[in-house]
Parts: sequence; structure tokens; C-alpha cells
Amino acid sequence: MSMTLTPEQQAMLSGEQGETMAKVMKTLVMYGETFGAEKMVPITSEYGHTVISFGIGAMKPVYDLYDKLIEAGARSRQKFSADPLPLDKNIPTTLMQDIVFKKIMYPEQKRYEAQLRTLGLMNDDAFTCACYLPEIGNSPKKGDVLSWAESSAVVYANSVLGARCNRNSGMLEMMGSIAGCAPYFGFLTDDGRKADWIVEVKCKTKPEAQLLGSAIGMKVMEKVPYIKGMEQWLGTELNSENCAYLKDFGAATASNGAVGLYHIADLTPEAKELGESLIREGAPTYVVDDAELERVKAGYPCVWKDLDAAPKLCFIGCPHLTIEQLHDWTDKVCSGLKANGQKKVVIPTVFTTAPAILKEFKKTPDWKRLKRTGVVLSYICPLMYMNNPLCGKQPVITCSNKLRTYTTARYYSSGDILEMITGGAK
Amino acid sequence: MSKVFHGRPVVPGDCTAKAAVSHGGFNTLASFQKPLMFGDKMVKCGDQNNAELYRKPLADKALCMPMTIGSTTGGMVLFTVCANGKHPACLLFSKHIDSLAASGAILAANWTDADMPVVDQLGDEFLEYVKDGMKISVSGDGTVTVD
Repeated sequence: MSMTLTPEQQAMLSGEQGETMAKVMKTLVMYGETFGAEKMVPITSEYGHTVISFGIGAMKPVYDLYDKLIEAGARSRQKFSADPLPLDKNIPTTLMQDIVFKKIMYPEQKRYEAQLRTLGLMNDDAFTCACYLPEIGNSPKKGDVLSWAESSAVVYANSVLGARCNRNSGMLEMMGSIAGCAPYFGFLTDDGRKADWIVEVKCKTKPEAQLLGSAIGMKVMEKVPYIKGMEQWLGTELNSENCAYLKDFGAATASNGAVGLYHIADLTPEAKELGESLIREGAPTYVVDDAELERVKAGYPCVWKDLDAAPKLCFIGCPHLTIEQLHDWTDKVCSGLKANGQKKVVIPTVFTTAPAILKEFKKTPDWKRLKRTGVVLSYICPLMYMNNPLCGKQPVITCSNKLRTYTTARYYSSGDILEMITGGAK
Repeated sequence: MSKVFHGRPVVPGDCTAKAAVSHGGFNTLASFQKPLMFGDKMVKCGDQNNAELYRKPLADKALCMPMTIGSTTGGMVLFTVCANGKHPACLLFSKHIDSLAASGAILAANWTDADMPVVDQLGDEFLEYVKDGMKISVSGDGTVTVD
């Protein structure tokens, strides 16, 4: 192996901490060498995050391997958060769905959650894809090196927080957390953070975050875009409204393409610091205007058997909603219902957020207002809920482009969704 | 008439198998999720967005593609397929392997008994030439022969 390791890393690779730990290090070294890494760098963030939050029966070999790691004494060197849980009794389900969820889909759930606690889960509320939100307490600092895998969290940490993390896979990110190091390549290096594309946004009004992210993701795929033209709507400060926008935007770039880092002129930390010197020489330009966004949206396939089917369920909150978004949606739903002469939402609707935010929100007067509308508030992962044959056949609607990409859910803009759930849509 | 391509062995090994070709990115989760859940022995591709491979068997095939796409659970899905012994015979990439496929291939090489050679950087010409069902032989040095 050609990578230069520290004495501690070399000792682990040589088996001084046992055969299993040697394999952990060998796995990381092979991964790094595949991408030309010449060394490992220490993980410096206070907390880790794992993308695997589900005990799917079909994935039993994963949990068998985690047992092996735990038996060998492996523990994450940092406490960590995890992606959202796949089950919540508050979500409307049929008896058949309950059986499918518990007996067929997630029979390993209890076993896996126990493994997470042993490996170093932060706490029982640490299940969210938006672990970087302030209420959760896992917000890396600029320059921190991470070993994360959740694509929406990686792109947010890299772009908005200025942390450094590659688009790792589940399991491998946990091995990095166990070894305490990550191979130095890609987004961990200065060169890997340069922009390969220039994106000029020329829309007449502020573009929907999830749609703009989708268009850019599909165009640049795994490359790094430098985005201009957003200052008229986002300004130059990362306030909570902008951070929520960038959370949704980034998740769409990462799922509709494979973006792990973006820069927004005069807004995101490295763009503010380094400006257009971040752009690689000869970078091509992609112009996004309203017509381009319409073209992208019109190209989304819908795999519903009956395209005119009445929606049975609506999910809002993939990635999980911020507390400001929850308040905003509550206002909009209440106003929409009033305007349309309705008391409750006309399509069963679920808002999803982090358990810690859910608790905070329930302390506010808006919780009672939201409850009266019939909207269900949950910590679930809508993607996990949808990923089974029964739910996959349901006509589910969403304004999440990530959920649309990975499931049979149909995408509508936030405005359209609001009209539909409050009874305004004809 | 056989044609020879040279790539980089990411996981070295030898094998001979028939090709299953995806000219677009191969979505690991979408392709393997359904066969994993239902214990499909032939591992028929479940990705309805992949018109070339949808419902075609993937087990024991030489899976040819530019790169993988999709969820960052992709690596663990590939690992699981290998741990269950239902994996492709080999993975052949025209481009540089992506981080998710690399994770899965390396996890499988180190933590399962699966023997699944992986070669990348075979070039665009490889993917233009290879067709479904062609016989493919892989050598440990990254040489790929297409018959």
C-alpha cells in the first residue's frame, strides 16, 4: 500500500488492535488509494453522522458486520447522529402496511438501534437527516473534516458550513468514525473544492429551491457549481431563511444529480472568501431561467398507474423542516384553509422534522393551530416510509425533489401543494 | 473477433461472464432494492428508470456502466448483494469509479467471501462497443476482452 500512514494508523493496519480493526483500516486505505489519496487526515468535527437509520430485513449482513465490529471493541470516536427513523405510529397506515413494515421491511430495527447506541449515538432524539440544524447540536465548523454519508447533509456541511467531507457511502462513513480518520482526497482538498461549472440564474422571481437544485444537479451531476444571480433574493448573509432555502436546494442537487459541494456568489463561506478565483479555468456556463425550470419540471416522469388519481397522502419535509419552516407552513395552511372555506386539510398531510425540533415546536402556540388543521407532525423519514411495494403504489404528492427522485411520489411546487391540501385546487 | 480494453483494477481478479450494459448511470439502490427485499435469485434489475436493464437479471453478469448514481446507501447495498452471494460477476466502469461504487466494492472485497473483480477507466469506447450478452473476460491486471 502506497499511502503514508501515521504510526498509530500503521499499527492499526498491522493488526495491533486485532484483525477486525486492521480490516477497518485496510478498507479506508483501499478507498483512499482508489482516489489517489496519499495520506489520512484526522476527523475534527465534534460529532459524526450516519446515513443508516433503518433495520431492513434484507440488509441483515450489514447488522451482522456491525455485530462483528462491536464484538471487536470498535466504537465511533465521536458521538454521532443518524438519519430519521423509518417508523412512526402517528403516520396513517393500514393494517396490511403495519404488517409489512414490522414483519417484512424492518424486522432488524430494534437490533440496529441497540447497535447504534453501543457504537455512540448522541441520544435517542438524534435521528434526522438535517443534523446540522441548531436544535440538534451537530453543526460542524468551517474547515472541520467529517466522515458523513447522508447526501443532503454532506452537501450542506460542505457548502453552507464550509466543512470538508466526501460523498461517502453508508458503512464506510462509520468505519472512518471508528478509525478517527478519512483519506485525503476530493472535497477534503483545496483543489477538489474548486468550481467546475458556472451557473447563471436569470429567473424573474425567486426560484423554488427544490426545482433550481434539481435543474443544477441534473446538469452538473457530481461536479461543483459556482452559482451567480441569487443575491437579489438571498442577499449576502446566511440567515435562517437562507439556510432553510439552501438546505432544500442542496438536497435536490445531491439527489437529482450527485453534487457534494456548491458555491453561491457572495453568500456561502468560500465564495465570500475567495470569490471567482474558485472557478476553474475554462469552466462551462449553464444559464437557468424560468423557461429552463419549466422544461426540467415538465420532464419529471410520473409512475402512477392512474395519472389522474386523487392523492392519498402528502409529505412535506424531505429533508426535515427547520422550525422556521414549520411556523411558515402552519401560517400558510391556516390561511389557505380559511381562504378556501375549509377547516381541515383535504388530503392527509404529514410534516416531517427532527425530533428535537418537533419537541420545541410543540411548546409554541402554532402547534395547536397546526393540529387543528389535521396535519400530522412526525420525525419519520418519508423516503423510508415510501420504499415498499404497498406505499409505492399509493398516489403520494410532495414538494421534495429528493422524495420524488427515489420514490413514486409526484412532485408539485410548494404553492401547488398548498392549494391542493387546503382545498383550493380544482 | 474479440476486442481488448485496458483499465485499472480497483479490485483485481479474473472472471468470464456475459455482459449486462447500462449506458446511463447505474442506480445501485433502485436496481438491487427490490430483488433484495423479495429474495429474487436472478436479481432482476428493479430500476424502472433504467430502460436498458429493467427486469433483466444482474447476478453473475459482467455489469458494464459509466458510473453508479443514486443514494449514498449504494455502497452498503452492493456490500449486501455480495454478502448474499447474489452479486454481478464483475463491475466494469468506462469512467473513473465513483465514491459510492468504490465503497461497496471495497467493503465487499474486505468483508465478504464474494469474488467480484472491479475495473474502471476502460474508456468511452468500451461502453460504445460492448452489447448485452457479449462474452467478457477479465484479467487481474485490468485487461478486459470482449467477444
